[in-house]
Amino acid sequence: MQLVKMTAYRLTQLLVVALAVSLAVFLLIRLIPGDPVDLLAGFDATPEQRELLTRHWGLDQPLHMQYASFLGNLLQGDMGRSLRSGRAVVDEVVPAYRNTIKLTVVSMTFATVFGILAGVVASTRPYSLMDTAVMGVAVIGASLPVFWVGLVAIVIFAVNLGWFPSAGMGTPAHYVLPALTLGLYATALIARMTRTTMIEVLSTDYVRTARGKGVSERGVVFRHAIKNAMIPVVTVIGLQFGYLLAGAVLTETVFAWPGLGRLVVSSIVSRDYPVVQVTLILVAVTYTVVNMATDLVCEFLDPRLRYD
Amino acid sequence: MEGGTVHKILRQLLRSKPAVIGGFLVLVFLFLAFFGPSLAPHDPFSQDIASGSEPPSMENPMGRDRMGRDMFSRILHGTRYSVIMAVSAVTVGLTIGALMGLCAGFYGGIVDVLLMRVVDLMLAFPAFFVALIVVAILGPGLLNGAIAVGIASVPHYARVIRGGVLTVKGQEFVEAARAQGASNLRIMFRHVLPNCVGVLLVQTTLRIGAAVITSASLSFLGLGAQEPLPEWGLMVSAGRDYLRSAPHIAVFPGLCIAAMVLGFNLLGDGLRDILDPKFRD
Repeated sequence: MQLVKMTAYRLTQLLVVALAVSLAVFLLIRLIPGDPVDLLAGFDATPEQRELLTRHWGLDQPLHMQYASFLGNLLQGDMGRSLRSGRAVVDEVVPAYRNTIKLTVVSMTFATVFGILAGVVASTRPYSLMDTAVMGVAVIGASLPVFWVGLVAIVIFAVNLGWFPSAGMGTPAHYVLPALTLGLYATALIARMTRTTMIEVLSTDYVRTARGKGVSERGVVFRHAIKNAMIPVVTVIGLQFGYLLAGAVLTETVFAWPGLGRLVVSSIVSRDYPVVQVTLILVAVTYTVVNMATDLVCEFLDPRLRYD
Repeated sequence: MEGGTVHKILRQLLRSKPAVIGGFLVLVFLFLAFFGPSLAPHDPFSQDIASGSEPPSMENPMGRDRMGRDMFSRILHGTRYSVIMAVSAVTVGLTIGALMGLCAGFYGGIVDVLLMRVVDLMLAFPAFFVALIVVAILGPGLLNGAIAVGIASVPHYARVIRGGVLTVKGQEFVEAARAQGASNLRIMFRHVLPNCVGVLLVQTTLRIGAAVITSASLSFLGLGAQEPLPEWGLMVSAGRDYLRSAPHIAVFPGLCIAAMVLGFNLLGDGLRDILDPKFRD
């Protein structure tokens, strides 16, 4: 019962966010200077042609009517047409979205595994040489601009060593450089967070009890300590997803990855508003869903966080 | 903060090795932001297509870019633009965010609800996308890019300050000030704000590093600084097409961005360890 109620609450919340975001994006797009009819008609259009276009696209309607029809179409799966390519926005956005999700999931997995591992290793001997080295790398890793990391990775691993392809997608090998590049920042943050919470947990009474009753050090770390240390780490992982979506904009540009990030930038540059509108709404909804899922996982891991 | 406090913070900072390294890097780049152009051996704009993309040499320690411009001189000039962008971004974010957070925390009620809904709406997007939307509205450019980065960080500051205000608001010295007949504005700026300075200082230092990276990222995408300005992100992007033949064009400016960001991050971490009660042992 509790679960049903919580899920219903979250879904309502998601609906409100989606509505608010769609309205905000709709209005903000209309703040962009320049008449969309200029783009549609070209500069040599006659006034009659312009009027026809204005009426055809519903631009003569009051703003709230335009929004209503935009939302109505969106709900029926009609996202309009791209001004640039003339193709249906769905056909541009959906494949790009799928590609971005693939990339982010691969790099999140990489970041989680390596981040937690590095953090645990560093925490078992705080202030040792190993700890200092791992944390030093993490601090530097968190300071590198992602687009530059991508280019340097291309210079080293694609141009000089020839190990991995530098652009496009298709084979698993295409994932390596973009996923590592995109995940670097998240790896560094997860490593730092894991270290901090592990050190804290390892000094608690229950860990001392476990050690006292003769549990091996490995058992203490991986059976007892890590479970409690993971809660803040899960939060960080969830938050990192937003940075991954943002980093995807740059990583996709660097590696010519046909994803949503590249689509956002190119549609902003070419003022392709129908595409901009839909991609931004999609990004916000995805981000919100991930944040909610993070909350759910945390509640599952830590009963203290559950609402009564 | 009084002189004694500043002195104490400085002394604690000097004891932390990472903070000292960070502070040193920050000082170097601030120095270069002011004096870099006068140290540059060549004109950063003078082209020499014939010797374009030349690798590093005695004459050009960081090589030449595709137009034959001296990379080292361009990087020295470019420090200024990164600093300008980051500082403008932080100023915009801090001013708007602080005002929103102060009003929301101080007045509470409907003001709080309305302001925080705006913040929530912005937080529904990853911050970089907020910056992209603002740049789409304002148009590309060095200052517009900086403003966009600043606006994207507003929710961050607003929340931190609102939290600070809420903890300070109920304390006795605020009530005492009110009992003496101080106005709302006076209480906000004379009593509440100064008590948030520590948190703000930490946030700002840490955010400057993020602002440097985000501004450079916008320039890299062609939405920030424009040619022929020697802005580092833009310079990295100019080197993209010559990774095979002339990797130095993309590598050196990126290295500078990384060093500057590292400096601010280390300094910010150090300040946080000292000033943020959550991290105090």
